[in-house]
Formats: sequence, structure tokens, C-alpha cells
Amino acid sequence: MDPPHSLFFFRTEPPMSPILRLLLRRLGISVIVLIGVSMLIFVIARIIPGDPARIALGPNANAEQIANLRAEMHLDDSLPVQYANFVVDVLRGDLGTSLYTNRPVTLDIAQFLPATLELVLLAGIIMVGVGLPLGILAARHRNRWPDHLVRILSLLTVSAPSFVWAVILMLLFAFYLPLFPVAGRISDVYEIERVTGFLTIDALLMADLAVFADALHHLILPAVALSLSGIGQAARLTRANMAETYEKPYIEMAQAFGFFPNRIARIWAFKPSLIPSLTIIGLDFAAMLGNAFLVEAVFAWPGLSRYGVNVILRKDLNAIMGTVLIIALTFLIVNIIVDLLIALLNPRIRHSTRGGEA
Amino acid sequence: MSVLSINDLRLSFKGLRGKTDVLHGIDLSIAKGERVALVGESGSGKSVTARIVLGLLQELRNARISGDVLFEGQALAAMTAKSRADLRGTDMSMIFQDPTSALNPTFTIGRQFAEVLRRRDKTLSAETCATRAADALAETEIPDPARVLASYPFQLSGGMNQRVMIAMALANRPKLLLADEPGTALDVSVQAQTLKLMHRLVADHATAVLFISHNLGVVREFADRVYVIYRGRIVEDGPTAAIFAHPRHAYTRALLDAVPRITGAGLPDVPEVSDAFLAPHISHGSGS
Amino acid sequence: MIRTILVLTRNPLSLLGLILVGLVIVAAVFAPWLAPYPTHNGAVVDFLNNNRAPSAQNWMGTDLVGRDIFSRILYAYQISLTLGVVVLVIATPIGTIIGLLAGYVGGWVEAVLMRVVDVFLSIPPLVLAIAMMGVLEPTLTNAMLAVTAMWWPWYARLVYAIARSEREEGYVLAAEVIGAGTPHIAFREILPNCLPAIITKMTLDMGFVIIIASSLSFLGLGVQPPTPDLGSMVAEGARYLPDSWWLTVFPGLAILIAVFGFNLLGDGLREVLEIDG
Repeated sequence: MDPPHSLFFFRTEPPMSPILRLLLRRLGISVIVLIGVSMLIFVIARIIPGDPARIALGPNANAEQIANLRAEMHLDDSLPVQYANFVVDVLRGDLGTSLYTNRPVTLDIAQFLPATLELVLLAGIIMVGVGLPLGILAARHRNRWPDHLVRILSLLTVSAPSFVWAVILMLLFAFYLPLFPVAGRISDVYEIERVTGFLTIDALLMADLAVFADALHHLILPAVALSLSGIGQAARLTRANMAETYEKPYIEMAQAFGFFPNRIARIWAFKPSLIPSLTIIGLDFAAMLGNAFLVEAVFAWPGLSRYGVNVILRKDLNAIMGTVLIIALTFLIVNIIVDLLIALLNPRIRHSTRGGEA
Repeated sequence: MSVLSINDLRLSFKGLRGKTDVLHGIDLSIAKGERVALVGESGSGKSVTARIVLGLLQELRNARISGDVLFEGQALAAMTAKSRADLRGTDMSMIFQDPTSALNPTFTIGRQFAEVLRRRDKTLSAETCATRAADALAETEIPDPARVLASYPFQLSGGMNQRVMIAMALANRPKLLLADEPGTALDVSVQAQTLKLMHRLVADHATAVLFISHNLGVVREFADRVYVIYRGRIVEDGPTAAIFAHPRHAYTRALLDAVPRITGAGLPDVPEVSDAFLAPHISHGSGS
Repeated sequence: MIRTILVLTRNPLSLLGLILVGLVIVAAVFAPWLAPYPTHNGAVVDFLNNNRAPSAQNWMGTDLVGRDIFSRILYAYQISLTLGVVVLVIATPIGTIIGLLAGYVGGWVEAVLMRVVDVFLSIPPLVLAIAMMGVLEPTLTNAMLAVTAMWWPWYARLVYAIARSEREEGYVLAAEVIGAGTPHIAFREILPNCLPAIITKMTLDMGFVIIIASSLSFLGLGVQPPTPDLGSMVAEGARYLPDSWWLTVFPGLAILIAVFGFNLLGDGLREVLEIDG
């Protein structure tokens, strides 16, 4: 309630960079979570399976080999010491040596991560670029046929794992209608100079449009397969939040002032609904890091996931821990970006003096 | 010619459990520049009447509307949905109950004001919009229009937002202003101030007003004529002074008895249904 | 309960969901009687009939060693549903209790429990399950363990959010005033208010558990051959695309149908029980 004298009183003062404060707080929380994640990974890797050395060497190893490897991996120390060593190594950027490739895990990850990120990023763009407009369309025509159609489509897309979509898309658009390549990131005829590891960007850096087109051509089908369930989630979420927004007085006000229905949907109802949707869209985006494992397997995509499956099948503990840690880190970074995006979109956070929950 | 003329307006909603009648034949007219109040309790049908005039209810699939609504002599029912929509925000506009929740929380006042101004003239540049919006805000005695335009609704007080709403509603010089319980959500003294301001502005621009309220005390200050509505029927109408001096319908008398002592506070405490409330319509004539 | 189901049947999509879920359950329970080749459940080899396209004898064709794909899909539903039920039956109470404690008790209990939940939620679910299966032996039991380990935090978060908002409600305060103990308030007063949301989430999650479990076995980290599993069937067949399309398409569609059914049902429940989100 306003006191009567508050007629010309502005409730808040100009902000003192709440965004920066939010960023710092989020970074702080992320550090705590990351410590927790490292413990969780350590627990999974060291306690559940029994003897990592025996697992790494396989059932045919003799006692001496195991003892040597145990010493090499510092497995004879107490668990807290092992964990401390693990953390110190990680902080020094040392994730150990992969038993599978015999190279530092960091090198392996640096080699394979860009391919996965490129795939996930394009899938994320497709998810947002298709899912949000579909949600807007459904909300604009609530309880009419476009809404029902979008609802059925999005329920269908979230009802199959990405590998099923990958197989179906490959069958339809790579085999029956040979529009897209079946596998790989780039045609063999092209030489590409790896700078970022993102082939589309590297091609642009080389100013070679033919290579860029080829890389994009390879990218589209796997990215669509990866994005499909995300599209469904994003559309459903947008529709649900917008349907709620449509009940708000400010939408009736927009209608009473004759704002055009399409503009009401795209602008006036969309923005307030996007803010609560973003957190979940961020989670869906992160889930793609996991689903990339499935899509990469179908399209023989040389990314982190294929590396991950290979090291898992070989019980390569250092590589497994490193891969999961990197994915968790990527996930946290995505979450921070999403939080900042929400803060930028939500004037209540941007202009709050506390820089926090609004 | 009256700005608004409503004849035998009926409304029902078709639901899963059959038809619900809401309006049972409303007659009402507003002359140019006239301030008319439609008074009744919540659920009496006063808000839906305003929404039919705006053409909003016509968009609902389950609404069945019959009777005539003439805006400047044109029958709304004979118009296309598009031409009804063209009237909104230009020749008619509306002020809502709670100004703060009626403004979009995620856009600045300036951005929302520009959209309103462009209802009249799509080609307006951002600078022109800002200038005109600032002028309109200055008219509502807002001291620092530029700062208000750059603010979000939650950064302003309720009274300030109410002034913004009034400025927006009058910015395109509408012929008819619909005010649905304006300021009920505000503090009593703030409500009184903004009503006085609204009164002055509509008088300056000769804007006709349909003022919807449950509060007879507020109506007395504002309206030239009053219609009393009970359960979807007009039970009594006449010049404000006549209605207050000589209420003839049992329901009007009950409403008047229930007027809270302090203007603007709370809902009137009207007795339960009485058969006398269902007595036929009484008219005091136009009074002019 | 019965009324809820009756209301559900009025919406054509929910009705479809109910029918699909019913069919999948019937297929799983009565697989030994419904399957045209019940023995193809296991390590049967029939090289004379291997890799056959769909025909009157084998409606969905045969796999690389000559087993009837339709029969194997029926048995695979047994595995999927068992896994889904076991995971949810274990994960839901764990998550619910933790969420209730964190949401109602508050203080350091809330801080500690919810940070743990945050940690679990900050690894993509599939990656966590993959990592666990990476160090465990790929068996049905371990797959259940891995999926359960990644699943309970979602229930903890759901119940936590509800419990935290209910904490301030009048009836909880009333119970506190008359001196009811913490367990009584948490389980008798707050829990009933979380049930509709929990039940709806469980229905939707049946579908997601099936997806995650089939994803694990698709990567070779879940149920091992010769046990029929939809994910590993797709994985085996994918190498023989496009010629032997039936090897992948039918098991893939089988996943889609089951999960679609649970999703339609869950979506309908959410509407009937008026749950947000």
C-alpha cells in the first residue's frame, strides 16, 4: 500500500549494477556446486566399483601389474588424500592420462569437445527458434486447432529418445530422400585448418563458403534430431506460461487499446512469459549435452560423447571423470548465462537494489 | 446523436451445463461529452457491458449477444471484427481497476505509451511518440514525464500509474472513455485526487464517459446521470441528483443505504435478495 | 480415483493415452501368451529365418539371428515397465522425504539437503546415469540403481517447492499451535497436498524413465543381450540401415508409443488435477 504522500515518489533508486552482483553470487554458488560435483564424481569413480586399477587392467591382470598401477594412481593413499590430490590436479588443469588414448585427458577433451558443442549449440538455436514460435502460435490460438496441433506434435517429439529420432530422420532424409549426408562432420575432399574446432566457424575464418556449406550440411540432420524433444518442451512451456499471462489485466488492457492480436502474442504476452520459461529452457539445453551421446552414436559424429562411450566401455576412469566434470562445468556455465539473460530481460531484477530474487 | 446507444442488449454464455444468462435486455445511452455511471454490485453485468461496447466479448466463442449497440450511430454487430478492433484505442479506450497490474511489467511506460499512440498513427517516430507521451503525462500533472517514461510500472506508485493510465486512455482523444472501477485498488485519498483529475480532463476534451462502479459515493462526485443495474437488468436511471435525492427503486434505496460513510472504502453491504429488487425499471428521464 | 479416470476419458487425447498405456501394460503382462514366438525371448537362433522383412509369419520381421521382432518387443516392454516401476517406487519416497524435510524443517537441514540436490541436478541426468553405468557392470539391477540415483533429486525439488509454500499456510500454523510434532505435520498435513503433483509427475516420469533406460541400453550400458530391450534392439539394427529398416523402426516406434501413452495420460492428469508446470 502506498502512503498518500507517495504520489510523486519513485519507489526505487537507480540501480548500482545489480547484474554484476547477481553474476558474483551465481559464480559463488557455482563454485560450491562444482565442489559437490567433483565429490560426487570422485565417489562414483572410487568407491562404487571396487578397485579402479583392477577394473582398468581387466580380469586377466596379475597382482604385480595391479600393484604397480595402484601406486601410479596413488590408490594406496587414504580417500581424503586421494580426493585432495584429485582436486589439486584438476585445479592445475590436469585430468590425468587416458588409459584408452594414452594421452592427457585434457588434450582428448579439447579435441572432441568442440564437435559436441557445435552440435549442441545449433540444436539449441533450432530448439529456441522453432519451439518458442510454436508455443506463441499455440497460445495465440488457445483451445483452437493450432493449439491442439502443437500440443500433439510437442507431446510426440518428447515421447521418443533422440536416438530414435536420429534413426528415423536418417532413414527418411539421408537414405530415402538423399538430401543430407549419412555421417561425419565434413566431406573427405575438404581440408580444414582447425582454429576453434567449430568447423563452420573455422570454414568462415578460412573464408571458404564451400567448406562452410559442407560443414553446415553435415550438421543439420544430427542437430535437428537432437533438438526435436527440446522443441516440444520449449513449445509446451511457452504455451503454458503464455496462457497464464493471457489472464493478466495488462493483456486485457492491450486488447482494450486495440493492440493487434499478433503483436500482443509476439511482444506483450511473450516477454513476461519468457522470463519464467528460460530456466527450464536452459535445463533442456543442458540435457542436450547428454542426448548428444545418443545422436553422435547414430551419425558417427566425432565428438566428446563418442569419446565418452569409448572410455566408459574401457573403464578408463580418468577419462570418465574428466568428461563428466567438463560436462558439468559446461552445464553450470549455461545456467549462469541463462540467469544473466533472465536478469537482463526482467526489469525487476535489473532495477532491484538487492540484485536477487524478484 | 448519442455517442453510445444500447438497446435491449442481451448476453448469455454457453457452457458445458447449458446456457447462463448474464444480461437481460439493457438500455442505455450516452450523449457527446456526457458522464454516465453504471452502478451495481460485482456480478451484476456492468463490466461485461463495457467489454461488449469495446467489442472484446464478441471475440469469445461461447458468448451469445443480441440487441443493438450503436457507437456514433454505427451498429457494432453489423461491423466486421476488424473494424470493431479499429475503434479500440482510437475512438474508445478504457481505464482499469488496478493501474499497476494493468500496465505490462516488462516494458517501460514509454514503450507502452508509444504503442498506444501508434494506434492512431502507425507512422509516428519514436521521438514524436516520446514528445507526445510527455505532453500527455504533463497534462495529468506528472512532474517529470521523461523519467516516468523511462520507468517500469513497478517503479512507480499506484497513483502515478493511475495518472499514466488516464494519460494513455485520453492520448488519442477518444470519443468514449470506459472506466471500470477506476482506482478502486488505490488508497482513498489518491483515488479521490485522480478522479478529480480525470473529471477535469474529460470535461476539457468533451469526452463521453461510461463510468462503472459499485460505489455510489464516487459516482455522485463524477457522473451526470446514473444507471443502476441489478442482476443483468437496469432497475433505475436518471440524473445523478434525482437518483440520490429521490431513489424510487427498492434496490437503489438498498444500495444508497449501504454506501459506506467514508468515500471509496470497501464494497457496499447490500442485503440478500429481496423480491422488491426485481420490480420493473424506473426512469427519471434524461434530466436535460 | 475412479472419478478422475472417468473425467480423463472425456478428453480424446487423455483417452488415447489411457488406451496406449493399457495396451502396453497388457502386452508386457501377457507377453508369454500374446507373443507368437514366446521362446524368442532369449538366446534362440534361427539362421534359416534371419533378417526377414515383415510378413504374415513375422509381422515386424525377424532380427539378425532369426528371432521374431514383435515377440521380442512384447518381452522388452516387460523390462521397460519393470525398470520404470522399480525406479519410481524407490526414487519417489526418497525424494519426497528429503523434499519434505528440507521444505518444512528449514534451517541448516534445508541448506545442506538442497545443495546436495543442486549437485545432482547440475549434471545432465543422462550423463550421470552413463557415468555410473561406466563404472558398474551393465546389468538390469545396476541400470535401475543408476537411474534411481539420478531421479530422486527431481522429486526432492518438486516436494520441497510445495512444502516451502505450504509451510506458511494456515492449517500448518494451526497444527503447530496445537503442538503437533514435525513428523505429523510433514507427513499428515503437508504430504497430502503434494500427492496430486507427485502422482502426475510419476505418470509423466514413467515415460522419461523408459527413455533414459532405453538410452543406456542403446549405448550398450544397460540390459545386456540376449534379454530383449528396445534400446539395444535399435542399436543393433542401426548398423543395417536402410536395408533392414524393420530392425530399428519397430523397436523405435514401440518406445514412442509407450512413452507417448504415458505423456498423454500425465498431461491429462495434470489438467484434471489442476497442477501448474
